[in-house]
Amino acid sequence: MKNYAFMLFILLETISLVMVINYNSYHKARYLNSANWLAGNVYHLVSSVYDYFHLTRTNKQLADENVRLRSLINNMPGVVVTPDTLVVDSMDYDEVYSFTSAKVINNSTNRPFNYITLNKGRKDGIKPDQGIIAGSGIVGVVTNVSESYSVGFSVLNSRWSISAKLKKTGYFGSLEWTGNDYRIASLNEIPFHVDIDRGDTIVTSGYSSIFPEGIMIGTIKDFFSPQGENYYHVDVALSTDFKELSYVEVIENINKAEIEELEKTIKDGS
Amino acid sequence: MIKYSVMFIVLVLIQVAILNQIEFSGYVNPYLYVLFILLLPVNAPRYVVLLSAFFIGIVIDLFTDSMGIHAAAAVFIAYIRPSVIRIISVHDEDTEEYPGLQKNRFSWFLTYTSIIVFAHHFILFYLQVLSLKGFFTTFLRVLISSFFTIFIIVLSQFIIFRK
Repeated sequence: MKNYAFMLFILLETISLVMVINYNSYHKARYLNSANWLAGNVYHLVSSVYDYFHLTRTNKQLADENVRLRSLINNMPGVVVTPDTLVVDSMDYDEVYSFTSAKVINNSTNRPFNYITLNKGRKDGIKPDQGIIAGSGIVGVVTNVSESYSVGFSVLNSRWSISAKLKKTGYFGSLEWTGNDYRIASLNEIPFHVDIDRGDTIVTSGYSSIFPEGIMIGTIKDFFSPQGENYYHVDVALSTDFKELSYVEVIENINKAEIEELEKTIKDGS
Repeated sequence: MIKYSVMFIVLVLIQVAILNQIEFSGYVNPYLYVLFILLLPVNAPRYVVLLSAFFIGIVIDLFTDSMGIHAAAAVFIAYIRPSVIRIISVHDEDTEEYPGLQKNRFSWFLTYTSIIVFAHHFILFYLQVLSLKGFFTTFLRVLISSFFTIFIIVLSQFIIFRK
């Protein structure tokens, strides 16, 4: 048993690397994440301390958001408001979204794959694949849920991409974070013939059931046409400041199950 | 045993509640918890060192949603630790049981810390990106973060762990 240390080393490294590889695929590692009881509670406690340092800014963000919503609500028929839930019956698209407010208790911006932990979980109706937004725009998507906490990809995670479109022309592409700057993401698949400009607004397309249409993503910061390709290279300045996240809303598409069922029958039939 | 359990909890809390929250820039993220593996007794059974390293790595992974990455880096440095100690202990007085700063020469401790921290950060940052794409950017992150980790570890020896 002279080499037992080496055998143990190989065993532990194998376990670790299997976990690394499993965690790389969306939705595989359902149990080991920061939505667990221990991490959730520690982060909850930590964020309640850090919150005091951000009170002024958070208040201002919420006040601005109130003003924005108040002006929106006046222009919107078919809106039902109850104290903790807002059901918007969007006339245009016949989709019903319900929003749950949550607080970001852990968040990172400096890793290649960034996650956010929220203080709401299964008992609050949070489920995987629900979108997360803030007053300033898109934030991320829920991937794992425990009883009281949930964890998800933030936009700053290159393991997923977001269906986005140009507000001006309606052309859509996919938005992906490139892994360097927490303020910049790149928009792909916009063909050369589309008319784009710096400052153009990018919003969600509504083609996936995660986000409603028209949620703010950011504005075009820079773009160029790479030689020998068909698509622009577009840098988007994200509207959400990921270093200053506090309160967010989780979006549930109430018709999601029905939409997916319907889409499944088409796939099965073809 | 109690001393190491307390150190384990304190280091994990400092790591997840303070160091991971302060995001200096895209390049700097010190990992002070490595100190736990550094300070285990030199003559501790190897399986104890390997398993403790694996355990602290998994706990950090749980908090950072990086399953397996910290565990892999921690187990690696736990494995190379005895060889590093053997290679750098050239003087007769370098045979202390406790590898902390108060029992050893400053240069010995600095060399020991630097080698282990660099090895840990090297494995960690390359596993994080899981590719050699942007090799030099990642290498820069390894160097800068290593520098800060080493700095904090040496500082901590002067402040807290010195008796």
